[in-house]
Order: sequence, then C-alpha cells, then structure tokens
Amino acid sequence: MTTAFKQNKLLQFGLLLVVFLLLYNFIKPSDDPYLNMLWRLPALIAWLPQWLTDTIKYIMFDWISVEIYNPELEDTEEVSLVKEITRSLSWFVLFFIQSIREFLVGGIKTIVTFTSWDFISDNPWAELPGLPWTVVFGGATLLGYNLGSKKLAALVGISLAYISIFGQWEPTMKTISLVLIAALISVIIGLFLGIFAYRSKAFEVLITPILGVAQTMPAFSYLVPMIVLFGLGDHAGALATVIYATPPMIRLTLLGLKAVPPEVVEAGLMSGCTRFQLMYGVMLPTARQNILIGVNQVIMQCLAMVVIASLIGAQGLGDDLLKALNSLRIGKALELGICIVLIAIVLDKLSLAWANKQTDYFSNLSFSERHRNKFILMTILVGGIILAMIGKLVFGDGINYFFIIDTNKGITTDWFWQAGVDWIITNWYSSLEAFKVWFWEDVLSPIKNAFLGMPVIATFTLVAGIGYIIGGLKSAIIVSAYLLFIALTAWWDRALITAYLTTIAVLVAVTFGGVIGILCAQSTRATKVLLIICDTLQTFPSFIYLIPAIMLFNVSNTAVLIAITPYAMIPAMRYTVEGLRNVSPSLQDAGSMSGVNRMQRLFSIELPLAFPHIVLGINQTVMFALAMVIIGALIGSTADLGELIVGSLSDKDGIGNGLILGLCVAFIGLIIDHLLNTWARARKEALGLA
Amino acid sequence: MKLTKLMATSALVGAGMLAASFASAADSKKPIVIPTHNWSSQVVMAHVIGGIFESMGNNVEYVPADSQGVYEAIRNGDVTISHEVWQSTFGASFYNAMEAGGVIDAGTHEASTLEEMGVPGYVIEMNLCPGLPNWEALKDCPEVFATADSGGKGRWLEGPQSWHGDLMPVRLEALGLADKYSVTFAGSADAIWAELESAKKEKRGIITFNWTPNFTDADGFVFLEFPEYKEGCRKEDGGDGSCGSPKGWLKKAANYQFPKTHPAAYKMFSKLSFTTTQIGQMAALVDIDKLSHEDAAKKWLADNEAVWKPFTQ
Repeated sequence: MTTAFKQNKLLQFGLLLVVFLLLYNFIKPSDDPYLNMLWRLPALIAWLPQWLTDTIKYIMFDWISVEIYNPELEDTEEVSLVKEITRSLSWFVLFFIQSIREFLVGGIKTIVTFTSWDFISDNPWAELPGLPWTVVFGGATLLGYNLGSKKLAALVGISLAYISIFGQWEPTMKTISLVLIAALISVIIGLFLGIFAYRSKAFEVLITPILGVAQTMPAFSYLVPMIVLFGLGDHAGALATVIYATPPMIRLTLLGLKAVPPEVVEAGLMSGCTRFQLMYGVMLPTARQNILIGVNQVIMQCLAMVVIASLIGAQGLGDDLLKALNSLRIGKALELGICIVLIAIVLDKLSLAWANKQTDYFSNLSFSERHRNKFILMTILVGGIILAMIGKLVFGDGINYFFIIDTNKGITTDWFWQAGVDWIITNWYSSLEAFKVWFWEDVLSPIKNAFLGMPVIATFTLVAGIGYIIGGLKSAIIVSAYLLFIALTAWWDRALITAYLTTIAVLVAVTFGGVIGILCAQSTRATKVLLIICDTLQTFPSFIYLIPAIMLFNVSNTAVLIAITPYAMIPAMRYTVEGLRNVSPSLQDAGSMSGVNRMQRLFSIELPLAFPHIVLGINQTVMFALAMVIIGALIGSTADLGELIVGSLSDKDGIGNGLILGLCVAFIGLIIDHLLNTWARARKEALGLA
Repeated sequence: MKLTKLMATSALVGAGMLAASFASAADSKKPIVIPTHNWSSQVVMAHVIGGIFESMGNNVEYVPADSQGVYEAIRNGDVTISHEVWQSTFGASFYNAMEAGGVIDAGTHEASTLEEMGVPGYVIEMNLCPGLPNWEALKDCPEVFATADSGGKGRWLEGPQSWHGDLMPVRLEALGLADKYSVTFAGSADAIWAELESAKKEKRGIITFNWTPNFTDADGFVFLEFPEYKEGCRKEDGGDGSCGSPKGWLKKAANYQFPKTHPAAYKMFSKLSFTTTQIGQMAALVDIDKLSHEDAAKKWLADNEAVWKPFTQ
C-alpha cells in the first residue's frame, strides 16, 4: 500500500486536494490573533518598503556630501557625492544617445557638448544637419544584402520605406538611437558578468536567482528608483531597459562558454595562451554563435521596453504612442505600434543573419571586390545628399520628401482604423451586454471570491504539497519561501487577486492558444504563418489593446482579461506548434504502421510526446500574463498588486513600494516557473527526450 | 616671467568677460527644460510657453515627465519649470518639494480649477436623469448609470485610487447613496476618456470623475452639484465627507536657480497667466481639431499675439 502510494502521483495529488479542501472549509477568520494566523499571516515585513525608500534616499542625497562651485550662481553648493556620480553616468549615457540621434536626424546638443550654448546661438551653421532618409534606407538595405540575401535586403528596405512614408521617421530614429545604446551597454555588461560567472562558480550561484527575479519583475516597479538615481530622460529610459535586457545576455554567454569543447581549450593552452588570450582569442570566438543569439535577445528585449521606457522620459515611438492613446487616436497608435514591430523584425533578422554568417578565412579577393561595399556606401551617401538638395529646390519651403518627411506629415491610415473601432463599438457594445453580465456574475466574481476566501494555511499546504510531489523536499522549501515573503507583506489579498486574474487569463490563453496551435501544426504552411504572427504580436505594444478593451467592456475585470489574453496566447500557440512539429517522424511512422488513424495518432502519440514542451509554453504563458498585470492596472477596477505598482510611479515614497510589489509579482512567477520546469524536466527524462 | 605675465593677462581678460556677461544680466543660453505630461492642454501649453521663450531668444527643450514625479525633477534641476500645478492633485507634491528646497512658486494663473464627478452634456439635454446636475436627483435613477458588473447599482467611475484614496466611497456613504451606487476606480486618465467616448456613441448614462480646464469643456461636460465645500467637511478633517470639491488654484513652479540663470525668461514666466477659456482653446485644437501638439501651439500663438505679447514686456 505505502509503496503503491509512493509511486502513484495521482493518488498523492488526490490526498493533497482533500487536505486542501478540508482546510479551505474549516479555517475561518478569527478574533484570536494567534488562531487568525491560519487565515492570514500578520504583515511582519510591512515596514520593509518604507525602510528601503529611506535607505535609498539617504544614500542618494545625504550620505557623503561635497562642496561644488557653481559658476553660474557664483556660489558653492553642498552636493551629494553619490548623486554626482550617478548623474555623471547619466550624462555619459545621454551624450551617446544624443550623438547617434543627432547624426541621424540632426540637432545641436552634440556640438554644444564640445562648445557651449552661447557658441551655438551665435553660430547656427554648426548645427548637425541629420542624414537624408534615403541614405539610411540605402545603407541598411546594403547591409541586409551583405549579411543575408536579396530577401533580407527587400525586407529591410520595405520596412524603412514604410516608416518614412508614413511620417514616423524622426520618432523611429529617436527610438533606434536609444535602443542601440541600451543594447550596447547590455551586451557589454552581459558579456563581462557571463565571463565572470563562468570563471567563478560562487558568482554563478549568486547571480542565477537575481537573473530570475530581473526577468519576472514587472519593469514598472523599478521605474521610480531609476528616476531617483539617474533623473528623468532618455538616459533613465535606457538604463531601465538595460536592467530588463541584460539577463538573457548573461545566460547565453555562460551557456556558450560552457559549451566550448575541452579540446579547443586544450589546443589554446598548448599554444601557450595566457588567461586573457585564451578567453578573448579562443573561447569567445568559439562561443560566437550563442553569444550573438544573446545579442539578438538583448535587442528584442530592448524593443519590448520602448513604451515603458517612455514613461520616464525616453523620446521616440513609445512617447508618441502614449500621447496618441491619451487622445484616443487608436489608428495613430496602431501605426506607431507597427513601426515598433518593423524595427524589431529588421533588427532581429539582421542580427540573426550576422550571427549565422561564417567568416570566410580563405577567400582571396581582389582590391575592387574588397572595397566594393565602401564604394557603394559612398555612392549612396553622395546620391542621397544630392537628392535632398534637389528636393530642397523642388519642394521649396514645404516638406522635403527627399530629406526627412516631417513627423505625422506622411500617409496615414488613421481614419480607417478609427472608423473600424467606431463601427465595432456602435454595433457590438449592446449585443455583448448579456455576455458581460454572465461572465462577471457566473465566472469571474465566484472565482475571485474563491481566491479571496482561501485561508493562508490552505494556500501553503497546496503550493508546498505540489512542490513536494513534483520535486521533493527541496522544491517544497523553495516555493514555500517565495510564498512566505508575499504572505508577510501587507499585500496578500492583492496578491490573491493578481493570482486570480493570471489564472483565468492563462486558462483562456492555453485553451484557445492550444487549439489554434494543434490545428496549425497539421500543415507546414499554417505553422509558418502562425510563427510569423507570434513574432509580430510579441513586439506589438500591448498598450494598444487597452483603449478598445475599455470601450467595449468598460472599466472592469472583463476588460482587463480581454486585454491580457491576446498577449498571453503567444507562447501557448508557439510552444504547442513547436512541440507537435518536433515529434520525431520515425515515431509517427511507427504509429501509422500500427494502424492508428490521424486522430488517434494526435491524441495517443503526438500530444503526449509534445506535452513536456507544451508545459514550458504554459510556463511562458504565465510569465506573459504576469507581465501584463500593469496593463490591467492601467484599465482599473482590479485592486491588485499592479494597481499599487502603477500608483507608486506617482508617489514620492514609491521607491520601496514599487520594488517590493515588483518582488511579489516576480515571486508568484518564480513559484510557477519552478514547479512547471521541474515537472517538465522529469517528464522529458521519463520520455527519453532530454 | 613671461609665463606669469601671460597668465595674469588672460586672467584679467577672463574676469573682464565674466563681469561683462553678468553686468548685462542676459539669459543663459542653456535650454529651459519644460516638462510634458499626458494630457493635451498641458502639452500644448508647454509648446506655447516654449514658443514665447524662443521668441525672446531663449533655447528650449521638452521632456516627457510624470505629473507627480516632476516636482522632484524640478528640485534636482532636471526640469526648469512646471506650468500647470493643480491645487487638489499636485498641491501636496508641490509643497513637499518646496519644503525640501529647490522649488519656487512662480505665480498663479487666472484660471481656477475644479475636479469633481460629472456627466456628459447629453445626459442633461436628453433628461436621462431628471433633476441633474443637482446630486439629489441621483437617488431616483441609479439604473441609468448601471454597468454589467455593478450588480444593478449605478456606477461612479472615479480616477485611480492613488489620486484621492477613499474620498468618493466615503462621499457616497455620507450622502446616503451607498446602497444605490458603487465606485469603480479607473486605472488611468486614458481609461476615463475611453469610457466617455464609448458612452457618447450610444448616448449612454455615465458618471465619471473629470476636471476643468480640460478638453471635455468644449464638449459640454457638466459637473454635479454637491453640498458646498467648507473648511473641515472632509472626513480626514473631522467632517462626514458629504461635501463636494473646492475650486482650486492653478499655479506655476520653477527651479530656484531659474530667476538667476534666465532673469528675463523668469520675469515673463512669473507674469504669464491664462484663463480657463484660453486653456480650453489650446486643448480643443488637439482633441477636437486633431492638430499635433506643436502645430496647435503655433496656431494658438499666431492667433493670440495680443494675449501673450504683454507678458514679455
């Protein structure tokens, strides 16, 4: 009996469920403070956010102060040293962003840096003019051609032409200048930390959980600390982006270095490499592929942050998009969103092509072949400038279409989308009324109450129990520790609401995403199309769903779920399709030979084999849904963790609140992540897939 | 010997130039940093004020900033001015930053502000709830303002809870409306505008938090009339909380160095004062006429030279 129980996981889960339900039904709030601890734990670390705020402010503003002479006021001022240091860093980052920006679209600040405001006011000719869009267009297309193929060149060219013709050139170039610098900083930091983690096991152990937290924490929660540390502006946006974008670079550098074959290292050592030479001359080049995939990931992460970074002063597409949404210009927001998607696709494909390009060590090229690209580039530059000058003559004082098309003065399809949204709202709002009432009264409201009525002891039993069954005592302790942190803050009830919203979003997303994934996996062409849709949706700013969702479903929990679900569906679709398509053909043939029909093959062979991979997709679905907590909070009516995170943005004591709330969200994610990953790994081993 | 002489001469010349530049008290060529927030009147006014500064020969720069966080930024010198300090929402942040040092009060606009619950104009015109805008009329028509998730009660769409805390739930309770109405907190101003826009299409009843001056003024938004605000009527001041909101001032703030670095610009900024109508015009150019913020500012400046020229003198 006991051995049967030990082996039968289903039985164990059954028992756990019974215990959970008993606890759920018999534990009630109590007046006795000790007995009540079974219902809700006392908020023992409620002081932590305020302490964190005070500490950071003290270090920033009062810790060590120095006297600095201010020539403009002719007076010395007491300034905090730490603040001076962070501000110098900000200045440095901002300088590089501005230089690239002004090189692309023109401006005066780069020149001012080397001279003064007085100089530039007296000498307006010194202003940087900016590059004609045709030059950037031509150069990028040429790059696409050289890295990849004609197809890539066409993709790059069409994307840039779209951006220019639709009058979004300037904001796009502003965004690109920020993304390039943020990505560069992320890559450098990631590379060094990755190398360091490879050399020191202790550092690897230390940094792994930090990476997990950095990747699951909503970016919103560290925006306020960024403002306090670095001040408002593009630099703050860039540095917040760096926090979000560096983790994959560290992971992939570490992975790449670990995968370097020992023979290569030995060959290096035998040739007498020093430690430095071994790393930079032998190991990093060998790990090139993984590292460049890391660079690619960094770029994608940076683009995902475009809109959020604009909340703390980043200029460009994100800022314009938020302003468009603010005046309910959905069509305009959509066009800006498409620009973000386009530069994401262009940078993604270019960086991947670069990663996959093999260096040709053996070719013997003639002089003209070697310098062909430089020559073409010069031609493009000169040609573009001449064209811009002709444009000046042709268009006079109007918009010079051959130079830079002014923002919002290009073609627009704004009216079309606007009309579409109007049509949907006038025609659907009333007919959805019955659904809205049913969905709230019979689905959402009962589930919400069920979550809020859960005694804390029952939650712990359930989560730790699942941990124990899946991964033994170690897992049980890990997940309980995460849960304990949340339970001891003052925000347990809010965390329950976040959990409730996430649960429903994940259920809906997995159901629909799974079905779509299964259907599309039946055909190679449909698979391809679905993967393209996934790529597009992933970089499309989810803020845009917000307004139509509210217009149709009011400020309500239903609207929140409607806005979250499309984004959460992406990984569910992607992993289902990938899992099913990767089932080995020999196994499918074996099934067909045993005489199974198509249905049987899907349900008895393909799905069980793909299931561990699909579970990883569910894991990602949970992460995506949690990342959308903020979008939900911008709609409102939730009273969850996200509402306070958004609130912390406009609170002078928001530093501590934001960070601790962010940790709570991250820990919910890490609990699920730990459980699902542990399960999938064990399952893959059992199926012989690992 | 030669070297010291050279140094002495250059020091003298340098000092002379320095003295000359201070004697004339011209504005520094460093840009004046103007914050832009996420509502249209503020952004247009930023460009209007920026345009006036530029006409006086100053350099100007715009940064997007959070409307509460901006006072901390002014204190630190990252931002130079703020031209829309609303008494009720930003009064506390403004005075806190002033207390901490670094922010100065640069005078008050002629426009007065109000932040209150209200209804779109058509609700009154179509007589959806007879007796409005007097609040007592609400007693008889909660169903007009009900939504799918309000359980048959009328819904008050309040701004985010971080704006006013429990002010509106307390008011509902104190007015004896709590069994007929409930409060839903929107997550952002955008959420309120989306709801208003959606309601307008079908002329649905809706009660929402709003403020003036705002772009909705042009559309005829009507504020409800609650029992008048008196000192101490709010719950945190010892009252029962049944009163409406007070009319408030609209101030201007500046970094403490601004008067010294840009004396002429500061003089203009401290004289500058707009009325509710003027601010409404600026917002309407964007929200109704669909101009871009920059174009709206240019147009307003061109059309209203008589208004702003005197500020510069």
